[in-house]
Amino acid sequence: MEKILSKHFFNPEARRLSFYLQNDGYEAARKALTCMSPQEIIEEVMKSNLRGLGGAGFPTGRKWSFIPKDSPEPRYLVVNCDESEPGTFKDRHIIEWTPHTLLEGVMIASFAIGAHQCFVYARGEYVRYANILQTALEEAYRAGFFGKNIFGTGFDLDVMIHLGAGAYICGEESALLESLEGKKGWPRLKPPFPAVSGLFGRPTIINNTETISYVPVIIRNGGEWFSRLGSLKSGGMRLYSVSGHIRKPGVYELPLGTSLREIIYTYAEGMRNGRKLKAVIPGGSSTPVLTAQEIDVKMDFESLAAIGSMLGSAGVIVMDESACLVKALAVLGKFYQHESCGQCTPCREGTGWMTRILHRILTGRGVKGDLENLVRVANNIQGNTICALGDGAAMPMISFVTKFREEFESHIFHKRCTAVR
Amino acid sequence: MSLETLSDQLLAEISEILAKHPQRRPALLPILHACQRRNGYISPEIERAVAELLGIPVIDVREIITFYTLLLPKPVGKHHLQFCTNLSCHLQGAEESVAAACRRLGIEEGETTADRRFTVTTVECLGACDMAPAMQVNDDYYANMTSDRVNELLDKLS
Ligand SMILES: Cc1cc2nc3c(=O)[nH]c(=O)nc-3n(C[C@H](O)[C@H](O)[C@H](O)COP(=O)(O)O)c2cc1C
Ligand code: FES
Repeated sequence: MEKILSKHFFNPEARRLSFYLQNDGYEAARKALTCMSPQEIIEEVMKSNLRGLGGAGFPTGRKWSFIPKDSPEPRYLVVNCDESEPGTFKDRHIIEWTPHTLLEGVMIASFAIGAHQCFVYARGEYVRYANILQTALEEAYRAGFFGKNIFGTGFDLDVMIHLGAGAYICGEESALLESLEGKKGWPRLKPPFPAVSGLFGRPTIINNTETISYVPVIIRNGGEWFSRLGSLKSGGMRLYSVSGHIRKPGVYELPLGTSLREIIYTYAEGMRNGRKLKAVIPGGSSTPVLTAQEIDVKMDFESLAAIGSMLGSAGVIVMDESACLVKALAVLGKFYQHESCGQCTPCREGTGWMTRILHRILTGRGVKGDLENLVRVANNIQGNTICALGDGAAMPMISFVTKFREEFESHIFHKRCTAVR
Repeated sequence: MSLETLSDQLLAEISEILAKHPQRRPALLPILHACQRRNGYISPEIERAVAELLGIPVIDVREIITFYTLLLPKPVGKHHLQFCTNLSCHLQGAEESVAAACRRLGIEEGETTADRRFTVTTVECLGACDMAPAMQVNDDYYANMTSDRVNELLDKLS
């Protein structure tokens, strides 16, 4: 299968505008701005079945269609490059190796929704990678691809790259908007949705870096072409980040619907040191864990939902028999406790309680009833918070304890870790 | 007058940032980043000066500094060793490199060496799980950190 975004990964030349232009760069944007109406672009993206690749999987074309039409009010495009979901590192690869693809997508998306200002929000730790994107942006400005009167169409567009400062919550779209406004990242109540009232109260479309980066190829080859690459309801390809106990960790660009088994054993070359697979988190740390028996699942939104998990950000974390799942879950618990923004009581307090219970179990002080309490706290967080961070903290808890109960019980009742060292 | 705390260079950088932002408040985070890059951390004096500059209460600036983990209210060493200990790095033995660094430098996690050259902290996922165990030293990412590689790196930085 021919690669799209990852075709030129690891080739430093590919970052340059000259290289990009030699490979049909900005031709899709030219086509969109000079030969298509915003409505036609949105329809093409709808046909492509492109879905949000940041985590929630919302159909991209449909999201764009929510932006109020025929209103003189300014509107914004915001690109989410906060990438802080544990197990996810694809957006970093995009801005490091193919920044112009993202920028071309920005141009097309902005034109489609009528935005003249775009903000790219990159996590603060990515400062080096954000600088690569900034360099590419400056090159594109100098070549007239951004600024005033692009392609002589009268369309103006400015792009500003903004650095976050170390807060997972700022990847949540409404927290991200608060952060862009200079505030702490406290998610907003929805509705109103950002498409109606977003940045500075204006209509705003927020999309993940990878989502926007697939837009140019959709305009170039057509929505139907892209859609056919994937499975029925999830169009196209996506970048799977694979890490953990695996021979070849990395980013693999494959069609939606590729089986998890194939990703692990064919592309990432299987387990290290002949170890046995124990567990896989399929879509970033917030998605329910799978057992080794479940890896024939197709990696698309519907198939994972059907077995009670989620495709999320497609961050695949592989764990072999040497992993202690009590420790693994405690690591995640500490993460969510640290990253909870503190706004909603169930999440702020609950993540702390869960982490304390896990720490107790891990240090041999677990007692009967701990697992029930852990799941009860998780259930009381889920669905009871303003944003989905709470759900993301609860789902690993419930799934780990349900699917690997013996391992937790062994720690509690026999003070013994069953991981194979 | 607390504005005098800010060097001319920093003030120039800040006015550049303000020029790019039609509204003042959204410039706060970029301004604090600039202050930290120049000063190493955000001192109470800088905090007051920035509040004055933007015409907002000092507590609003404090709230931002305490919310975002990359903004530092206290100085750190010249080389800030930030080890990721989240899941993928943990699975590859991240804790060993943290221990190796602490042993070699004679400090605990979260501490700074007496000569102010090194600080060791643990951080959450850096978005570099393909490089696990991953770490960041100031702005730079480092991959596959073992105890040996930590020692090599410290040799180079010392
Ligand atoms: C706690 C939390 C963290 C999130 N982090 C990110 C992130 O780092 N990057 C991202 O693109 N989306 C993240 N999301 C999802 C965004 O809220 C939003 O759905 C997404 O950016 C929309 O873009 P898309 O439709 O292109 O996926 C996060 C959501 C939550 C609840
Ligand atoms: S878990 Fe360490 S970089 Fe992601």
